[in-house]
Amino acid sequence: MTDTSEMAAKPAVNGSDRRRHNSVLLDLYRTMRRIRSFEERVGELFVRGQTAGSMLHLSIGEEAAAAGVCSTMEPRDTFTTHHRGHGIFLARGADPKRMMAEIAGKMDGYCHGKGGSMHIADMQLGHLGANAIVGGGIAAVVGAGLSSKRKRRGSVSVAFFGDGAMQQGILYESMNMAALWDLPVVFVCVNNQYGMGTRVDQATRAPNFHERALVLGLNGRTVDGLDVEAVRDEASTIVDAARGGHPGFLAVSCYRFFGHARMDKSPYRSEEEEIEGRKKDPVKFARERLLAERLAKAKMLDVLDEAIGKEMDETIDFAVSAALPPATSMFRDVYAVGEPEPEPVRARIDRVLARE
Amino acid sequence: MESLTYRDALRRALDEAMAEDEDIVVIGEEVGRYGGAYGVTKDLIKTYGPERLIDTPISEPAIVGVAVGAAMTGLRPVAELMYVDFLGMSMDQLANQAAKIRYMFGGQIGVPMVLRTQGGTGRSAGAQHSQSLEAWVMHTPGLRLAMPATVADAYHLLRHSLTMPDPVVFIEHKSLYAQKEDVDLDAPVPPWGKAAIRREGNDLVIVTYSRQARFAMAAAERLAQDGIEATVIDLRTLNPLDIDTVRQEVERVGKAMVVSEGAMTAGVAAELASRISEECFDFLEQPVVRVAGEDVPIAVSPGLEAASVPGVELIRSVGERLARW
Repeated sequence: MTDTSEMAAKPAVNGSDRRRHNSVLLDLYRTMRRIRSFEERVGELFVRGQTAGSMLHLSIGEEAAAAGVCSTMEPRDTFTTHHRGHGIFLARGADPKRMMAEIAGKMDGYCHGKGGSMHIADMQLGHLGANAIVGGGIAAVVGAGLSSKRKRRGSVSVAFFGDGAMQQGILYESMNMAALWDLPVVFVCVNNQYGMGTRVDQATRAPNFHERALVLGLNGRTVDGLDVEAVRDEASTIVDAARGGHPGFLAVSCYRFFGHARMDKSPYRSEEEEIEGRKKDPVKFARERLLAERLAKAKMLDVLDEAIGKEMDETIDFAVSAALPPATSMFRDVYAVGEPEPEPVRARIDRVLARE
Repeated sequence: MESLTYRDALRRALDEAMAEDEDIVVIGEEVGRYGGAYGVTKDLIKTYGPERLIDTPISEPAIVGVAVGAAMTGLRPVAELMYVDFLGMSMDQLANQAAKIRYMFGGQIGVPMVLRTQGGTGRSAGAQHSQSLEAWVMHTPGLRLAMPATVADAYHLLRHSLTMPDPVVFIEHKSLYAQKEDVDLDAPVPPWGKAAIRREGNDLVIVTYSRQARFAMAAAERLAQDGIEATVIDLRTLNPLDIDTVRQEVERVGKAMVVSEGAMTAGVAAELASRISEECFDFLEQPVVRVAGEDVPIAVSPGLEAASVPGVELIRSVGERLARW
């Protein structure tokens, strides 16, 4: 087993601020590289016909949002994500094998094959669920913030969503309540410029999203998602304030490198635009900075990348060889354990037609 | 025995449950300072404070969504929708989130929340404040659904709902709040999910719930004056649905009608009639008749409003025709 999650995560010893900084950027780079590699393997699993369906939304190009924001969160914090949330979950410590198994609809996946890519969740890691309804998971963090405040947990709850959700009403209801009740809640918009095929400027006349949060009394910032350290810095301020009862909002600007889902060839945007957009590559940017500032040597990063690649290759093997859920599991978990399971249609028909 | 209204019983259930379980919070419009649009939460804020009687802005989707998140993180929220009609605003959070979270997440966590709301006709409240939308809920796997007809059930079903591991939609009837009954709340009641046979007769079975159970009882009394004895089954909960009790009674009697205030087509009455027809086919002497709301929006004018849903006389006359067939 290759596990690179702890590699390069060593805290700086007896070091200056500079050394601590070095370690942080390397750690952020490692997280982003793991996300990138994982997402590439998701694409590969799809091409091999081993995924459960084609509803797979890759977060390539958005790694700095996931790595930067999540690096400021504590283990006790909770969060919800959206349909493009693989990277965020990984950055929060998910086991990529169990993630890939879930994406393949397998029993060993986080949700035993019932949730898949868009409904992955893990209560142990505070992941209150990915959501396939745009904006659907946003209000839940306000509830989690309410719990945290009432039970004095000191935890923050973070909703991650895309720019598409900026035009959903429930976001504003949720931000308003969070501000009204001084809740430890953060709203993070990963603005990849597209809601499916609709570009941000085709969806709103008010693209400065953080201004909307300011109006409602939250902290609000926009940060360039090219620079993961900048994302981390802004997120840190927002998350810390939220922990103190002042909720916040952070928009992270980035570019969605590929289509909406696996079947989408992006006919709504030009190749030139994509080439330009993909220059905004946070993984490459962080790598170049590590080298330019002599925080890491190219060879060391090559070794790290290779180890990560190997780790992620193994997720495919794991997912492919994992068992499918048994048919009887279909009726499980509709209601709590101990409650009667729904009667299968076939069983009911047999019972009805068996009567004399 | 004591004399209690339906409203009192609901309030007492909430009060006692909140006293016992500090994790219970009430979240909704006007639930705190105002005391609830129909007075169910009156003065509870004096006992439990604004931290547990949480007045919200008018944001129905988020009210339900906040309850979902709170329920997943250790609270036991009671979200209140002032009118069941507002489900149109909140259905995503209820049907796509609350109902599916346990299943989608492979059984990792449930959503132990109660959505308290009220529906039905009787106050000339118009097309957007008078509906019976229980079919929407019953049609959604993962949601429990309780609809009390009596004062005792208002109390017991709400107390039970506040112990359930899964989301419960608790629909009160707006015309019942002031109904007063002499009740002994310590007397034994049927368990959760079990229907109550309110009256037993050999001529026909009336299967119903919520306010229509009271109408059915009144109709049965009139039928009895003409020598027709009806069994009246009050389902109490629509999920779980106690089809066993219904089957036993229909097999014994051979004639059945179902009564629901909801619009007839693809409604709760349709589901009940279909189940009875399948399960009791060999015992039925006649088709199972649906007595349900008209397939029209609810008008505000009192005469039109009353005529658009079943009433005592309609139930009686259908019962008579069935019995005399």
